[in-house]
Amino acid sequence: MKKVAIIGAGPAGIEAASILANQQVEVLLFEKSLNTLSNMLDKAYLFPDFSPANDLVDKLNKKLLHQQITLFTGTEITDVKKDGKEWKVIDAKGMSYIVSAVLLTSGYSVFDAKRKEELGYGIYNGVITSIDLEKMIKYNQIENSMGDKPKRIVFLQCVGSRDEKSGNNYCSKICCVTAVKQAIEVKKLLPDTDVYIFYMDLRMWGQSFEEMYRESQEKYDVSYVRGRISEAASTFDKKIQIKAEDTLLGVPLKMTTDLLVLMVGMEASCGTKTLAETLHIKGEYGFAKSLNCHLQDNETTQQGLFIAGSCKRPMGINETLADARSASVIIMDYINAMQENDK
Amino acid sequence: MSNFGFNISNTRVISMDECNMGNVERLHLEVPSFKRCISCGACSATCSAHQFTDFNIRKLHNLYRRGQYAGLQEELKACMLCGKCTLVCPRGVNLRSMIINMRKILYEANKR
Ligand SMILES: Cc1cc2nc3c(=O)[nH]c(=O)nc-3n(C[C@H](O)[C@H](O)[C@H](O)COP(=O)(O)OP(=O)(O)OC[C@H]3O[C@@H](n4cnc5c(N)ncnc54)[C@H](O)[C@@H]3O)c2cc1C
Ligand code: SF4
Ligand code: SF4
Ligand code: SF4
Repeated sequence: MKKVAIIGAGPAGIEAASILANQQVEVLLFEKSLNTLSNMLDKAYLFPDFSPANDLVDKLNKKLLHQQITLFTGTEITDVKKDGKEWKVIDAKGMSYIVSAVLLTSGYSVFDAKRKEELGYGIYNGVITSIDLEKMIKYNQIENSMGDKPKRIVFLQCVGSRDEKSGNNYCSKICCVTAVKQAIEVKKLLPDTDVYIFYMDLRMWGQSFEEMYRESQEKYDVSYVRGRISEAASTFDKKIQIKAEDTLLGVPLKMTTDLLVLMVGMEASCGTKTLAETLHIKGEYGFAKSLNCHLQDNETTQQGLFIAGSCKRPMGINETLADARSASVIIMDYINAMQENDK
Repeated sequence: MSNFGFNISNTRVISMDECNMGNVERLHLEVPSFKRCISCGACSATCSAHQFTDFNIRKLHNLYRRGQYAGLQEELKACMLCGKCTLVCPRGVNLRSMIINMRKILYEANKR
């Protein structure tokens, strides 16, 4: 049977590996980190159902215990080349692997909040990102810069997304619902903490997102302010002062907060950017580009090279998994056709 | 003193740290449905008073929510309590009850 190389062992890579393996395909799965699911490890609970992230991590990792799957962790793929009808996948140490098809699932990384200097990340300790807060929630250690329980937490949406100044005009899609989810989690742990969410639009597009938003207002007293925070500064007592316009009132507004949480967006990961470039499938903002977003969304301009998950565009886990399953079907068709030709 | 022809403007900035949010909490207790408001403006759009005057119930309850109570008690008197706004609200806010309770809470607060 044919071999397939999958680059990146996130949700997309693992789901595809398991489906292909069940079809008797030999899968080589490469992950540059020492652990699979590198973007999932510090997550507490997942939207939209508040299921523990650990459960999903365990279930996905279990799928990898399969005879047909060889997992290479700590193995970064740095180059991929067409080799006749086959593909040659090369890692950072110079080892190469010959396969019939390649699936790119190299995913995303989060926007580096230091790039928005005016928001004070990396300058003031009270300014953190959604990734930092997720860890605090996971280990039940929500503290301000002085090590005290915060009396107020302010979230700011669209950091590094929908922002020409960051070079990203697109919406990252997952941060609105993540803020609402995290606000609820904060309120569950610290019911007396004031929670404000500053937004440009609230994009509650997914099933049950809008209901979660409604519940956050009704049951958890989360307050929403429409307006983008323009800048953050430190006060003498080590709080963070923010400025915004309440655009629904048309008046400027300021407040101090113990923690300012920046909802960082999703960008193409470094691996996605480099591989999409070398493979000539680079799309907008460095994401990998499919042939056609409707009918050939897992195929690329290169025969035998397929893409799935958040290396294409920002997406949540359920969409990522569905996309990996769809890529697996297309890859099976491709491999079966190759085998027919070999006969 | 010489008059140089200019004066210092008062700031328009709402300082959330100095707001008394007690009235908001009281309103939430009396009319919990108010918490669900998403500021869509359907209430103002349907309001007869809004068609002919500056009376804007969406803006007034937004001001209340931010602790900006000055002048509200007077402005709210323009409401005829007809209840049309309650009928159109997509989030099921009981506006009529909200308006009555806002007036009640502000009356008591201003009395003190
Ligand atoms: C703050 C935040 C919270 C989120 N919360 C949720 C949530 O609650 N629910 C939800 O559904 N979604 C959530 N998401 C989205 C979720 O993280 C993604 O949908 C999901 O991780 C995408 O999976 P993926 O496999 O496409 O990519 P990734 O998870 O990014 O996996 C890609 C893998 O590829 C590896 N890799 C990259 N380049 C190379 C290379 N050159 N060689 C080898 N390996 C490589 C990476 O190390 C990584 O492990 C959240 C996202 C953010 C930013
Ligand atoms: S999902 Fe929400 S926070 Fe994220 S970029 Fe889009 S609008 Fe902004
Ligand atoms: S119609 Fe309802 S949700 Fe819309 S602004 Fe009025 S009270 Fe708020
Ligand atoms: S009850 Fe008051 S605010 Fe509502 S529609 Fe009638 S007049 Fe307008």
